[in-house]
Amino acid sequence: MKNIIAMIGAAAVALTLSVPGAFAAEEMAAQPTHFPMEEPVEQDWSFAGPFGKYDKGQLQRGLKVYTEVCSACHSLKRVAFRNLEELGYSEEQVKSFAAQYDIEDGPNADGEMFTRPGLPADHFPGPYANEEQAKAANNGAVPPDFSLIAKARGVERGFPQFIFDIFTQYQQGGPDYIHALLTGFGQEPPAHLAVPEGLHYNPYFGAGVALAMAQPLYGEDVTYDDGTPSTLDQEARDVAAFLMWAAEPSLAERKEMGFRVMIFLVVFSIFLYIAKKQVWSRVEH
Amino acid sequence: MSSLEHHGTYTPTSGIGKWIDARMPLPRLMYDSFVAYPVPRNLNYAYTFGGILSLMLVAQILTGVVLAMHYTSDTGLAFTSVENIMRDVNHGWLLRYMHANGASFFFFAVYLHIFRGMYYGSYKAPRELLWILGCIIYLLMMATGFMGYVLPWGQMSFWGATVITGFFTAFPVIGDPIQQFLLGGYAVDNATLNRFFSLHYLLPFMIAGVVVLHVWALHVTGQTNPTGIEVKSKTDTVAFTPYATVKDSFAMMVFFAIFAYFIFYLPNYLGHPDNYTEANALVTPAHIVPEWYFLPFYAILRGITFNIGPIDSKLGGVLAMFGSIAVLFVLPWLDTSKVRSADYRPWYKLFFWIFVADAIFLGWLGSKPAEGVYTSLAQIATAYYFIFFLIILPVLGLIEKPRRLPNSITEAVLERNRASGAQQVTGSAAASPENRG
Ligand code: HEC
Ligand code: HEM
Repeated sequence: MKNIIAMIGAAAVALTLSVPGAFAAEEMAAQPTHFPMEEPVEQDWSFAGPFGKYDKGQLQRGLKVYTEVCSACHSLKRVAFRNLEELGYSEEQVKSFAAQYDIEDGPNADGEMFTRPGLPADHFPGPYANEEQAKAANNGAVPPDFSLIAKARGVERGFPQFIFDIFTQYQQGGPDYIHALLTGFGQEPPAHLAVPEGLHYNPYFGAGVALAMAQPLYGEDVTYDDGTPSTLDQEARDVAAFLMWAAEPSLAERKEMGFRVMIFLVVFSIFLYIAKKQVWSRVEH
Repeated sequence: MSSLEHHGTYTPTSGIGKWIDARMPLPRLMYDSFVAYPVPRNLNYAYTFGGILSLMLVAQILTGVVLAMHYTSDTGLAFTSVENIMRDVNHGWLLRYMHANGASFFFFAVYLHIFRGMYYGSYKAPRELLWILGCIIYLLMMATGFMGYVLPWGQMSFWGATVITGFFTAFPVIGDPIQQFLLGGYAVDNATLNRFFSLHYLLPFMIAGVVVLHVWALHVTGQTNPTGIEVKSKTDTVAFTPYATVKDSFAMMVFFAIFAYFIFYLPNYLGHPDNYTEANALVTPAHIVPEWYFLPFYAILRGITFNIGPIDSKLGGVLAMFGSIAVLFVLPWLDTSKVRSADYRPWYKLFFWIFVADAIFLGWLGSKPAEGVYTSLAQIATAYYFIFFLIILPVLGLIEKPRRLPNSITEAVLERNRASGAQQVTGSAAASPENRG
């Protein structure tokens, strides 16, 4: 019987050793099959970790990047103007911000649709009337809605990274991905790589070698109200943080509540442990 | 030994208590089941998961009922209604994260509970029915979990449902009609979502019903314990309250602390990013993966890449997958050893731990694309899974020489404590300080 086990063990070890070799062979192949080709670099985010919260100044800058650049193609349909108060704007500021938008409403008493200035309760209107129009304008690809993009993207972490992530509370895969994608344009594709006509090479793109979006940010695309220099890296970082807020507005509330709940559970556990010790000291077990 | 008919020590004192006891002795039943009920004195923390599971079921039902008040099971509205819960319902994000992570923790607990049962031979006579009821609970949990995952109508919801219901088409002749019956049409669509919602609401209450039977059966046979020998005298047991109550409560609180850590700090860790994109029948995700708790079975399904006689690889995969669950039901009759606890079965213990590692490994493989080495590894791991149940367990019982069993639970406890010298009894705590490790 010992022999059988030794054999099983040896086979297992041999197989485990052969795995990395197989991976190397795969990477040599001309056309990659696993995307993204390059993993995003982890960034520092104010909202990471147990006490993380959004940096309101950063969210305001991110909103500016979104409204002045990305909103030409990407909608943000699940976010209402009233939500912008969470970025530190006053009710008045939100009202006048909303009023800049034309919102279709109706029908009125005559049965006609009409447009009116936006109200805080309205949601961000999208740039296109429908998906077909969006496709026609973008080389056949639909620019995804931004309401949840920061939670809808993320690169698989693999073993053993995903174990460490439990302890580091890594939940920033989305913003890391967006930041990497936005700063990853403009590189020369490797010579053997076929980049399809009309697409733009980006090694950080999660679904292929190239995507239908041309580089949207170059740096100096917006002028920040707070004087922060608008480098490409800064803009990418700010808009990624803003998109995280759009996808997970309750993040700060959640972490604050979590801290209180954790303290309660840990203290209560300790009390129960003492009670258990006390009760069980009456019998040998 | 203990059974529900025994007229225990319950003596109602108040007038109302006596009045109720003479008409419908529910308080007596509760008292006999959860206060006076004798439990083995040597239960370890592996035995706390039954209680944890009961509480998780209640938690899932409570959060689920409230979520259902805000949810809309229409393909055009489902995704948005869930997002409204996340954004506009008061503490809706908390409800949803509790329910989604709750399902994961429910499965986590049930796996530990099942492994506990396998390690201590809890399935052996006279507890076969208790075990089978547990397996039925597990099956119902899988159905509930699968259908629940479809409800938010994200990309993984849709494609997961498409792939899993597609399994049924592997069966000749009856396959397609079964699939259409499940889906309410030819593809996953509005009819599917509606019936899944209805069933997802129903099944947990069926689980609750089977849990009642499960606990009833448990209270007839009594619990096993780490020695695997039956309770023989009163000194082998302690009263459920306060002993088991306080220990279970402590374990529950630790479990909830870990659960809360995920809800508040890692709420999307166990989910898939693709499920934050609304379902789209025209866009297939690059990798369709089920929730983590189905991954071992998914690996088994995809591991069968070869035809066996008239059975093509697709049907073979589906049969292997169903077989891997069905084999649990007959486990009481596959294990031929008379000794329950792995503590006294050195070889079984070894193969058991390899089995645990194998199951985890299969889970990891299930999350990988089915290609290259992964397929070969999945085939080897699948082979061990079945060899463990179908060959090792029956044969081992016949050839293995178990270690000497103690005469009683009490003897085992006293012997172990004397050997380690670390445990103490009140009053003699300071008696032997030199023995302390
Ligand atoms: C000219 C139109 C246009 C503008 C402006 C634009 N995008 Fe895009 N974007 C697209 C299109 C089209 C796609 C879809 C690409 C594809 O799937 O191939 C896309 C996709 C994306 C994606 C998803 C990539 C993925 O993993 O699927 C992100 C993230 C993104 N854009 C971010 C931005 C940000 C941030 C901005 C503003 C700084 C921006 N985009 C501005 C057209 C645009
Ligand atoms: C909703 C799911 C379940 C609930 C609520 C539940 C509840 C319980 C409770 C309260 C106990 C007693 C405490 C303990 O020994 O841990 C128990 C025991 C037991 N359960 Fe479960 N259970 C569930 C699922 C399962 C499953 C899936 C199986 C096996 C496939 C199983 C097998 C057993 C066995 C064999 C026992 C007897 C334990 C022993 O004495 O050794 N249970 N269950």
